[in-house]
Amino acid sequence: MDEEYDVIVLGTGLKECILSGLLSVDGLKVLHMDRNDYYGGESTSLNLIQLWRRFRGNDKPPAHLGSSRDYNVDMIPKFMMANGTLVRVLIHTDVTKYLYFKAVDGSYVFNKGKVHKVPATDMEALKSPLMGIFEKRRARKFFIYVQDYDEKDPKTHEGLDLTRVTTRELIAKYGLDDNTVDFIGHALALHRDDRYLNEPALDTVKRMKLYAESLARFQGGSPYIYPLYGLGELPQAFARLSAVYGGTYMLNKPECKVEFNEEGKVIGVTSEGETARCKKVVCDPSYLPNKVRKVGRVARAIAIMSHPIPNTNDSHSVQVILPQKQLGRKSDMYLFCCSYSHNVAPKGKFIAFVSTEAETDHPETELKPGIDLLGPVDEIFFDVYDRYEPVNEPSLDNCFISTSYDATTHFESTVMDVLNMYTLITGKVLDLSVDLSAASAAEE
Amino acid sequence: MARPGNKIIQAKLVLLGDMGTGKTSLVLRFVKGQFFENQEPTIGAAFFTQILSLQEATVKFDIWDTAGQERYHSLAPMYYRGAAAAVVVFDIASKDTFIRAKKWVEELQRQGNSNLVMALVANKSDLEPSREVDTEEGEEFAQENGMFYIETSAKTAENINDLFYEIAQRLAKACPSKPSTMNLNNEVQHRRKLFCCFG
Repeated sequence: MDEEYDVIVLGTGLKECILSGLLSVDGLKVLHMDRNDYYGGESTSLNLIQLWRRFRGNDKPPAHLGSSRDYNVDMIPKFMMANGTLVRVLIHTDVTKYLYFKAVDGSYVFNKGKVHKVPATDMEALKSPLMGIFEKRRARKFFIYVQDYDEKDPKTHEGLDLTRVTTRELIAKYGLDDNTVDFIGHALALHRDDRYLNEPALDTVKRMKLYAESLARFQGGSPYIYPLYGLGELPQAFARLSAVYGGTYMLNKPECKVEFNEEGKVIGVTSEGETARCKKVVCDPSYLPNKVRKVGRVARAIAIMSHPIPNTNDSHSVQVILPQKQLGRKSDMYLFCCSYSHNVAPKGKFIAFVSTEAETDHPETELKPGIDLLGPVDEIFFDVYDRYEPVNEPSLDNCFISTSYDATTHFESTVMDVLNMYTLITGKVLDLSVDLSAASAAEE
Repeated sequence: MARPGNKIIQAKLVLLGDMGTGKTSLVLRFVKGQFFENQEPTIGAAFFTQILSLQEATVKFDIWDTAGQERYHSLAPMYYRGAAAAVVVFDIASKDTFIRAKKWVEELQRQGNSNLVMALVANKSDLEPSREVDTEEGEEFAQENGMFYIETSAKTAENINDLFYEIAQRLAKACPSKPSTMNLNNEVQHRRKLFCCFG
């Protein structure tokens, strides 16, 4: 440990592991440590024994739930957009070869008290009760505009500058009713609240295109994919990338105290009486608590069930979006469900999550509309956790701190944070169009 | 080359054992027929593929090297996930590495799946004069733990092919099943119209 590193990374959450991998690939000398004896930090997946230890103290999991190691329960439930930036990062780094993915069966939306499938095919769209026949025709015109819209080709803009026109103004042109707007904004563009209506329309149009491209990519019933054995595999796979390129890994390192000089610049990290020197530190908020501030809280429930979520056509992996307006809330609520079909539970078992940005101190009451959709559960756990963002100036202290994982359903904001941090750390922009495996194959 | 009409088994094979026991050298000898006296600790490549054709099946190995993560005991559970075969390596000239190999076998029994094909490899058999671990000792431990035992030298190539042929043969009998999953690198074959819907 008594050496000098270019970068010391603290915490093995997904963001830290992607950065560690990218920096090692760049040829930097990286030391990566975690205070826990497992990979993943906040974004880990727990087995049954770990889950009980976290939420039930000294109780032991009941035998009827099956073997502990058959469970991989995500602590930050999300799905991956099939054509999203995380997939591009995985391909760019060739980390895909360490992982197995399967499509997510379906995406659903809660509307007027019922759960409806977000159409994935012509036939589903035709039959969908989400819109009346005339509204479908109006919506179709809007979808064609979005589909043809190309930022670089002004001919497709139809005279509208989407960096100025608000989403509300754009949609008004097509005369869509509030119900349709709610569907577009929350079930397709995946906005968490209604602020987007008064923001420039470009972001919403891009989000809709991402949804459509992701849906098209693997011909699944949803735009999402998910790794076998749970999301906890992702940080491990990027940690392996880092190790392959020379990164040093140490788990179970208590304390991990970041050391500074008189000017307040980072000089190293101390653990168990030894100090490793470094030029820069990359970490999650928990390692530098006095350089971050609290920006929000996430409420969640984790349920173990013996059946799929009712009214989702027996989907073994599914997402249900409950738009805020449908619940009279300020932000959306999400249901996720995965099962033995993605190897996160033993045969016949399902893991469901209900999560939202917390608006009260009572997750049980707040999450009730989502929990009511689950039907009977074998076990349920409630939790509220704080979200933090950095307040330091990295150019002054050389500390690069990630933002806590938000309640979004996918990884777009996660990867954006990583790419921004990468640029801050290295002064470079990551070119995701380069395929590293092709590059290394060419070298041989 | 794969023989036509033969069944194809894709198998993940993991290497375990302490630093410096020659894990990477074993694989490089098997995959590329190369040996370097001063093989650097694993950097840059820790994933190899090799195909072996047998009478009864063609075995495609995905070989995972530790990438140095064994050094501070930070191998991730993902490493063991879905492995069909494991090769635990020690150095015949170092008793310590044999004692540590026993620990790796315990770890495998905890993390790996139950019908794993396991080999205990006594590497560096070219160092016979400085041998610290007797053949009988290795054989006995292997037998007690349902492994097969073989002595190899990546330097002289002794028994390297035999090691992988034996594993392939055992895999052909066990015929491990692979989960059906997608390939992220595949681009869409027939691009579905984006907003197909709402016709």
